[in-house]
Amino acid sequence: MQREKVINALITLLLVVMPLWAWWADEPFILTLLTKVAIFALAGVGLNIALGLGGLVSFGHAVFFGVGGYAMGILASHAQSYSPIMEIPFLIEGTKSMPVIWLVAIISSALAALLVGALSLRTSGVYFIMITLAFGQMFFYFTISWPAYGGEDGLLIYTRNHFPGMNTLDPIQFLIICYAILGVVLYFSARLAKSAFGLALNGARQNTERVLTVGIDTFRLRLVAFIISGAITGLAGALFADLNRFVSPSMFTWQTSGEIMVFIILGGVARLYGPVAGAALFVFLEYVLGDLSDYWHIYLGLLLLLVVLFARGGLIGLLAGREVAHD
Amino acid sequence: MTEPVLEVKKLCKSFGALVANKDVSFDLREGEIHALIGPNGAGKSTLIKQIAGGMTPDSGQVFFLGQDVTNVRTAQRARMGLARTFQVSALAMEYTVLQNVVLGALGARGDVFRFLKPALKDKELLGIAYEALERVGLEDSAAKITAEISHGQRRELEVAVALTLRPKAFLMDEPMAGLGTSSSKGLTRFLDNLRAQAPILLVEHDMDAVFSLADRISVLVYGELIITGTADEIRADREVRHAYLGEEEET
Repeated sequence: MQREKVINALITLLLVVMPLWAWWADEPFILTLLTKVAIFALAGVGLNIALGLGGLVSFGHAVFFGVGGYAMGILASHAQSYSPIMEIPFLIEGTKSMPVIWLVAIISSALAALLVGALSLRTSGVYFIMITLAFGQMFFYFTISWPAYGGEDGLLIYTRNHFPGMNTLDPIQFLIICYAILGVVLYFSARLAKSAFGLALNGARQNTERVLTVGIDTFRLRLVAFIISGAITGLAGALFADLNRFVSPSMFTWQTSGEIMVFIILGGVARLYGPVAGAALFVFLEYVLGDLSDYWHIYLGLLLLLVVLFARGGLIGLLAGREVAHD
Repeated sequence: MTEPVLEVKKLCKSFGALVANKDVSFDLREGEIHALIGPNGAGKSTLIKQIAGGMTPDSGQVFFLGQDVTNVRTAQRARMGLARTFQVSALAMEYTVLQNVVLGALGARGDVFRFLKPALKDKELLGIAYEALERVGLEDSAAKITAEISHGQRRELEVAVALTLRPKAFLMDEPMAGLGTSSSKGLTRFLDNLRAQAPILLVEHDMDAVFSLADRISVLVYGELIITGTADEIRADREVRHAYLGEEEET
């Protein structure tokens, strides 16, 4: 347990030193990669609450990632074309303000998670995986066929959104924003795992009957977990859209859901820093192997296979040992 | 006469052509241990599930504390004070012994939607948890992982979790299952004292325990409750001896 904390601290250190170096060496591309790591990690931290802590294998987290992305896309596209989103019954205008966009992304993805969760949490196991996947596909095809916001082509946002007091177009400043959000969410996630809610949720993953018979409604428990999980992944979606200044239906694909899950599995399921380590490894592999071949996913698949077969605790588990934190 | 704590009225449950429970009626009164016995496949587990809330009866009613709880969900019944222990230990195996009892105390307190305060630093929860562990004699094993303690200790932990609920009635499904002689004698003494706190509906195969503990015994055969009576009445009943005890007495 102590060892895991040391490893987490080392990862944090590495993630702080690297951008400083890249900034000093004037390597904006590295900064962009690291920003991507932070955003993917954030999406993974979100899923890890449902999957790691709650044992809910959601194959539909692309829904929340995409909803967050489109929240940004829709608000910003209206702002850049100076056309209000709606005028009747009251006026809603677009915005380029990041805090407002984040709030909208969080609320709308939380609502989407409420909808998806309320229906899919009535099932479990393979059925749960399939229903969450089905929701993902529904959202995907809906955005493709919805011409108002670009349909298949997606939405292009010309400039990055604003954050008070910062120049978000400067890579290091946008990176700092993403890091800060990841830090806050990691802190929240660590507290959550040890809270009353976390204790009950993790207990329900181990034995549903046990938690029910001490008087805790496991359906409500899991639904709330799913909503928190979806909201965090939604926030990551908004940041990802801002990083690329582009949103498209590809955010809703089942491959996206799979990738978020891959971050967690590579890094370590239910480990606090699992998604961080996994996302970093993923982006690193994409960068290094992607240079060698367009089909770099072959190697990713191989790695994933090795992790699942020989290192169930992922990268963090491999380094910190099997024991999961108890205190 | 005071109202029974738990009352089952004409409970029926079938699975297709198989009748698991047929017009089962009995009650559990304050201060007693009421044992439910019967051969394998007599419908005891089905009955327990309907009382605890995991299964809805085809017809009939379950009353708890004077309220009709037939359609009340499991978690709600537990909150009302119905504590159940399982035939096969239902515990969070990756958790420590302490975490399991704290979970019980948390469920009883009912404020599960707290997201920031560490549950294992909550003095009130810890107080209830340690009190329960001390009563079953597990306080020294508090920090052990549940998967790594002995089977007997897990049975005790199961009872400790039930204690944290401060229940109005206990529903115990074979608490002695798989215990050695000395452990089961210890548990028998423990349950003997426990009835003063809340009555116990005890499903048990260990006949020594049943006959030494139970104030009343009900016998379930092929889904029907054939008799309810004191230990002596049950021993004397010919039908019971024929259906159930016969083989045991000859050995």
